[in-house]
Amino acid sequence: MRTNGPLALIFHTIFVVFMLAPIVVVCLVAFTPEGYLSLPTNGFSLRWFRAIANYPEFVHAFWVSLGLGALSSFVALLFAVPSALAIARYSFRGRDAVAALFLSPLMIPHVVLGIAFLRFFTTIGIGGSFAGLLIAHVVVVFPFALRLTLAAATGMDRSVEMAAVSLGAGGWTLFRRVTLPLILPGVISGWALAFIQSFDDLTMTVFLAAPGTETLPVRMFLYVQDNIDPLVTSISASVIAITMTALILLDRFYGLDRVLAGKSDPER
Amino acid sequence: MSGAIDTAPVHAAPGDSSHARPAWALSAPALMLFAGVLVIPLVMTVMLSFHDWGQYKGIEPVFILKNWHEIATDPYYAEMFWRTFRIALLTTLIAALFGAPEAYILNRMSGRWKSLFLLLILGPLLISVVARTLGWALLFGGNNGLMNKLLMSLGLIGSPLRFMFTETGMVVALVHVMMPFMVMSVWAALQRVDPQIENAALSLGASPLTIIRRIVLPQIMPGVLSGAIIVFSLSASAFATPAIIGGRRLKVAATLAYDEFLNTLDWPLGAAVAVLLLVALVLIVVGSNALIERRYAEVFR
Repeated sequence: MRTNGPLALIFHTIFVVFMLAPIVVVCLVAFTPEGYLSLPTNGFSLRWFRAIANYPEFVHAFWVSLGLGALSSFVALLFAVPSALAIARYSFRGRDAVAALFLSPLMIPHVVLGIAFLRFFTTIGIGGSFAGLLIAHVVVVFPFALRLTLAAATGMDRSVEMAAVSLGAGGWTLFRRVTLPLILPGVISGWALAFIQSFDDLTMTVFLAAPGTETLPVRMFLYVQDNIDPLVTSISASVIAITMTALILLDRFYGLDRVLAGKSDPER
Repeated sequence: MSGAIDTAPVHAAPGDSSHARPAWALSAPALMLFAGVLVIPLVMTVMLSFHDWGQYKGIEPVFILKNWHEIATDPYYAEMFWRTFRIALLTTLIAALFGAPEAYILNRMSGRWKSLFLLLILGPLLISVVARTLGWALLFGGNNGLMNKLLMSLGLIGSPLRFMFTETGMVVALVHVMMPFMVMSVWAALQRVDPQIENAALSLGASPLTIIRRIVLPQIMPGVLSGAIIVFSLSASAFATPAIIGGRRLKVAATLAYDEFLNTLDWPLGAAVAVLLLVALVLIVVGSNALIERRYAEVFR
């Protein structure tokens, strides 16, 4: 294959700088020793990271986001694992329609989902509650949990299962001791990707969160609408660091390029 | 996006009804979840858009076309939707123009560099969009923002440009947010291209430009187009970036619906805006998908 010429490499450099610039700027400004927005020109300071502790609403929002992300991804997997097994293993009438329905939250704009859930939850009387947020997040992260679980279930070697069946294993034992361990890397990656989606969602959650159930992106968004100061950059930098950690976890278990490039089949 | 499902091997013969029952039993919990908390709320939203609303009486569950009539006749809404789709279209074009060559360059890199840069370019996808847009707000900030300083020192512009609270700024930030989707899509198409075809063309004396135009471009075009559909629909319904960069006056569909719901409290009107956005996007996406699949039928077979 031919290699990249100098023009291509210049283009590539500008492209990468463009992609990283806003993220690098946020992280740099977070370390400013000044009381206003500026690049740290005279020394680095952690004062704005320490300042986060003085804003309990941000700390609380962080815990809400963390709990919501962890719980909604877990609940989504409880629904997604059996569905993935059904879609991967059985050919039944309506299989394509079922799969399309399960992936449909990816196609619906989150602003529409936010409005639909807001209307629904206020009607049934759980508007602004954590339970409502949980239900909404389970639905939107479900496709991500499903896709990675499905990839694992599709690529699984069925002969191990058949051996277990021939040795008398069945039902729950078969699932718990054989099937689940075999698809576990896909399930864990599905959880991690679902977690990131839930943790980052703003557009839908901004409609559903009330004071007390505000997630971190919602809290940050409402804050940024009023004023942009170094505090919100240090919070952003912390969020970026958390996301990086989740990415490394995802990379260890599954291979990040596969998750991101949407390549589903590990054999391909 | 449904690649995993298309390639799923089928273990039972099609139409074998003895295999249908466990499959439905396994999918039943998720199906009930979707019917209960996705389909019903969406139907309720469509109904809401036909309800009446008044400052003092609140929402009245009657069937009227008031909201739809207002959207159809008040030029404010036409202007707002036109702005929304103009920004989305511009974002899509720019993302394709730069994303496709970048995916091609990435694909020609050697192993380790390839994975590193793929991570750097696709990684931002998973970072909170508020944090990313905040970065752009910092870069734009005022007449002596970093962006203007850089462009002026490079001699690209004579006087500072306004980025904050303008469509220019919204498009720049949206291109950044959407770029990973475009690169990903073209990248996936490139994985199916046999590099030997390029070598064959080269050995037959084709110039690099001819190779790109006649060999590479036709093969990655389906990837560019499907990436364009994703980028367009996500840009047209984007919320955080237009809200932060566009400010309170420069409204797009998503930010207007948000305003109607949480500031004006005119839920039926907000629901109508959202339903119209959804319907318009579904029509555009389904329509262009059908066009692409017909045009590139041989690639999808």
